[in-house]
Amino acid sequence: MGQRVAIVGTGQTYHRSSRKDVNGVELIQEATARALEDAGLTRKDIDAVVIGNMDHFEGINYVDMWSIDGNGGLHKPIMKVTTGGTTGTTVAIAAFYHVASGLFDTVLAIGWEKNSESDTTAAIITCADPFWERPTFGGAIAGLATGALGYMHRYGITERDAALISVRDRKNAVKNPYAHLREEITVEDVLNSPMLAYPIKLLDICPRTDGACAVVFASEEKAKHLTDRPAWIHQVSTRHNYTFFTDVDRSGRMPTLYEACMEVYRNAGIKDPLHELDVVEMYTPSSFAGLVWIDALGVCDEGEAVKLVSDGVTEMDGELPINPSGGVISTNCIGATGLIRVAEAAMQVSGKAGEHQVPGAKTALATGFGGCHWSDVLLISSRKPS
Amino acid sequence: MMPKGKYPLLTVRSEIEQPYNYSLGRYGSKLLKELRDNKRIVGIKCPRCGHVYVPPRQVCGKCFVKMDEFVEVSSRGVLDSFTVVYFSFLDPETGEKRPVPYGYGRIKLHGADSEFLHFLEESDIDKLKIGLPVEAVFRENRTGSFKDIKYFRVIRE
Repeated sequence: MGQRVAIVGTGQTYHRSSRKDVNGVELIQEATARALEDAGLTRKDIDAVVIGNMDHFEGINYVDMWSIDGNGGLHKPIMKVTTGGTTGTTVAIAAFYHVASGLFDTVLAIGWEKNSESDTTAAIITCADPFWERPTFGGAIAGLATGALGYMHRYGITERDAALISVRDRKNAVKNPYAHLREEITVEDVLNSPMLAYPIKLLDICPRTDGACAVVFASEEKAKHLTDRPAWIHQVSTRHNYTFFTDVDRSGRMPTLYEACMEVYRNAGIKDPLHELDVVEMYTPSSFAGLVWIDALGVCDEGEAVKLVSDGVTEMDGELPINPSGGVISTNCIGATGLIRVAEAAMQVSGKAGEHQVPGAKTALATGFGGCHWSDVLLISSRKPS
Repeated sequence: MMPKGKYPLLTVRSEIEQPYNYSLGRYGSKLLKELRDNKRIVGIKCPRCGHVYVPPRQVCGKCFVKMDEFVEVSSRGVLDSFTVVYFSFLDPETGEKRPVPYGYGRIKLHGADSEFLHFLEESDIDKLKIGLPVEAVFRENRTGSFKDIKYFRVIRE
């Protein structure tokens, strides 16, 4: 699959609900500077930039050019990528393609969002078909609510079961200095939080965050001079679904995530992901999705995710920790959210995750969720690909 | 020189109002005409896989072939999933806050394989359940719009 590619540096802003002290360009620059510093590089060392955010969130439609002072791309090739919720993982995959192709050796991937600058639900509704779906669609929260209700009906899970995911992720976020929401919550807190769209309550859903993330991808030749702890990209996979929400097949587990994971495992020779993966950074837009989609990772039988979670398998000291960073439930600067999963997965396998490090983690999975139930998956490891 | 001491961090308000005229195409236009004139919901059937899609569109994404067989589907169906929305947000279609609470659902119409997203009459969560039979309620004065169907209501025999 082309030349070998490793992540050699990552950078994030300290994510907050509102960063009125900076504009978007300045926010991007904070993350970019940290990633370059982490990689031991300067702007001059970068061959190309891939940047992404959500359409309509900031109302600026050419962010690749507008953010040039902050994104480090002055007089360099820049590509803007936006694929909804998966934007951050798609940015990462595009940067990977750049380097794997052999045409570029050092590529900067950037995801960012200033959610505080607009009405998130109004902006998200513009992703839906203007005639057939916008009149009823209530944005991500309501869309995820119809899915959550389906899961409750199909698998017999309860609001209390789903709350375990919010509790787990918010507990993990306490140890991540960059996370937005860093206070522990209880199952009762989740159940008693305001109902937004039945059955999703305030503490079941990801927050709105201002933040940015940047990741430096490098070829093997470059990486060996830059770090002794590269995070190698082993596999990537993307699966998209239909345009209309009502066309999505919901008869079984999250189909795009399952298909993408199976492709990645097959190509990587992974037969027992529960034991062969050391950590997962999973895009969990809601507690219900974060629970039920565990079975789409292929680590348990369909409908068995509740048992895994309630047995502590996905806790920091469990067999397969999920979201040591605190995940999307704790931080959601949407265009950056997928890229943060990739950055955090890389930090884990490089042993650079600090207080929220999974001891000895070698192989990590990062997932992205977006749009009409589509998925990106990346497999990242400290072992060099064969 | 940077000003000394604390000073307020400012934001600038900007509102974009931009009219669009989206094409519904020949197939979408036919659905609306049937809704308006005959209170009928039409779908389209894939010649290869036989899947009946509502609303009708030209191409079956799975088979990637053009579809041209319109079929009438029932205005009755089953509630596949739903939600009741309680939080308030700006509706990009109107520029106003969308009234809450409101219920909407994924409706599997009899004779269709895909589902149809529409408003529900009921917004009391305790009176809604997956699997309930529902039917379309048409407006008296229909104009060729999505809202020619007022909402779907639960059929309670």
